[in-house]
Amino acid sequence: MDLKSIKNALREYDGPAMRIMEICGSHTEAISKHGIPSMLSDKITLLSGPGCPVCVTQSAYIDKLISLAGEGKVIATFGDLIRVPGSSKSLNDIKGEGARVEMVYSPLDTLELARNDPDSEYVFAAVGFETTTPAYALLMEELVGNDIDNIKLLTALKTMPEVIDSILCAGEDETDDVSIDGFIAPGHVSVVTGYEIFEPIAERYSIPFGVAGFSGEELLLALYGIVSERGRGVVKNYYPSVVTREGNTHAKELVGTYFEKCDAAWRGMGIVKDSGLRLKSEYSRYDAGSMGLDTDEKKNNACCCDRVLMGKIRPYECPLFGKLCVPLNPQGACMVSTEGSCFNYYVNKRRD
Amino acid sequence: MSDKNITMLHGSGGAATSELIGDIFAKEFDDAVLDAMEDAAVLPPMKEGERLAVTTDSFVVTPVEFRGGDIGRLAVCGTVNDLLMRGAVPKYITSGWILEVGLEVDLLKRVVKSMADTAREAGVRIVCGDTKVVEGSGGIFVNTTGVGFVPGGVDISASNAKPGDVIIVSGTMGDHHAAILSERMSIDTDISSDVAPLTDMCKELSGLKIHTLRDVTRGGLGTVCKELADASHTVFVLNEEDIPVDDKVKDFCKILGLDPMYMGNEGKMVCIVDPSDADEALGIIRRSNYGQNAGIIGYVTAPGEDKIMNEVGLYGKTAIGGIRELDVLQGEGLPRIC
Repeated sequence: MDLKSIKNALREYDGPAMRIMEICGSHTEAISKHGIPSMLSDKITLLSGPGCPVCVTQSAYIDKLISLAGEGKVIATFGDLIRVPGSSKSLNDIKGEGARVEMVYSPLDTLELARNDPDSEYVFAAVGFETTTPAYALLMEELVGNDIDNIKLLTALKTMPEVIDSILCAGEDETDDVSIDGFIAPGHVSVVTGYEIFEPIAERYSIPFGVAGFSGEELLLALYGIVSERGRGVVKNYYPSVVTREGNTHAKELVGTYFEKCDAAWRGMGIVKDSGLRLKSEYSRYDAGSMGLDTDEKKNNACCCDRVLMGKIRPYECPLFGKLCVPLNPQGACMVSTEGSCFNYYVNKRRD
Repeated sequence: MSDKNITMLHGSGGAATSELIGDIFAKEFDDAVLDAMEDAAVLPPMKEGERLAVTTDSFVVTPVEFRGGDIGRLAVCGTVNDLLMRGAVPKYITSGWILEVGLEVDLLKRVVKSMADTAREAGVRIVCGDTKVVEGSGGIFVNTTGVGFVPGGVDISASNAKPGDVIIVSGTMGDHHAAILSERMSIDTDISSDVAPLTDMCKELSGLKIHTLRDVTRGGLGTVCKELADASHTVFVLNEEDIPVDDKVKDFCKILGLDPMYMGNEGKMVCIVDPSDADEALGIIRRSNYGQNAGIIGYVTAPGEDKIMNEVGLYGKTAIGGIRELDVLQGEGLPRIC
């Protein structure tokens, strides 16, 4: 089917209403950027899920980073974590007060920082999904292999299948309509994990998954595929240039060398069983205190990030959205990241 | 001047300061008014009917030298272009320098020479200056104030865009931003900054029905067009596919998750022109220095005219055929982590 027919089909779709969730934050951003919602029939609704790493990081984790910085340690982090509020402050706030917070582009950049500054202790803020974890495994390989003892990791690593399962489970219990009829499966995550990891969930809930790329064409193709497969528990790969069923076995092995499954706390969603990764006990000396960081306090009690992340409400249905909570003064993590659902709905004035 | 590095002595106001100014600044700038070393430059009067345009800007870019330019060239272009955007003919600029101890004298010589060369290219005289030295680690900060004359009858302003107008952009988007970012991140690219004075481009436009000019600097095209739409209470519509972006910059943005729509430039402008003069304006810009990649990228409508793009603000028609509303740049455009 050519692109023109796909566009027509999506615009004219008049079947049963479909709520389709894109899990990955990069997809949320791409969907906004390409103006995809304006090209869909009113019967197709896009929901943005819990796939932006900083959006799902619990406040206790940010608070722990802040307290480590308070002990004089240097926090190394990716850019977008800096502005995420903990229970009261963000890393950006304490940086302004004199704490040492270094923004890096790769975990491996920390090696050079720490080498040139042997008297300081570095803590890498290791957040992310299956996509990012191999980079932390590479860092671990360097730390272990070269006996580097002034870098530690504070981990809040998450995995996708379990949280998707928990969203679908929660949906079954709800009386209001929070059903999800299809998933745009994350492209980057699938490169590493392979799309097979979504197959058991697709089958269990009879919901179609489409692995999508990030261009407008790729997203439309995947959406069309998902709509066509409505009600069927299948996983289809619409990103075959880089995604396979098995994924990157080398990366998976490397991750398996240093990390093991654990329960994980998700911002606003509580503990989700087996949805995280932590350092194996034999490497615990590289851990900066990641265990038990489960509490999650809202900076503002009216913040609805949790319900947004689970697809229960749209960002603009939160009472703080666009009023007290704006990108320059985010109350919740979804307004911080350029991949966050609230951020995207705000900057593109989305009302779909 | 024999010193290799700047020391506090060069800021003493005494002999070492005189040597610094004489050997580096006066030598390169070479202007009779400046050479008089008076407390203030006294300049000839304007013609009858002309109005004075004044602008100021400070430059703190790191690294000081980058592919395609340096802080000296940037300091002239930023200020000259701001004058041009109000329809002024740039005449004079000032040159205020804050140097940090440890700065290499050879580096200073290079950027001062670059400033002098760029001023000549842009057709402005550097008529006064100042130098201070502070503790630090070899950095350079420059402030330039520019003065120009606006000819009688010229009225170019952010609030003047009208429904029906055509939106022209003078070249590719994102080059300066990508060049600086790749230097900072030590990414090996051959992307060059577009830093350039737009004097030649604007000179010939003066006879046309130009309503608005705006240089597309920090915040990028999206921020600039949103601000212009708000200022003129109109709707700006951009055909995103028509926005020129160099292939190398496109790839760079893809890898880092950046949007050329929100990336800074230092030698590009948008021109909002009456439709009857649009083709002529585009021809002039394309034939001018630094304008060969110019193109028509959109149009201005009145609120309510279109069913979807109906409110004051900025809309993009995306390459795939969608519509998105655009805001000013929010956040810092940081690389994504996943």
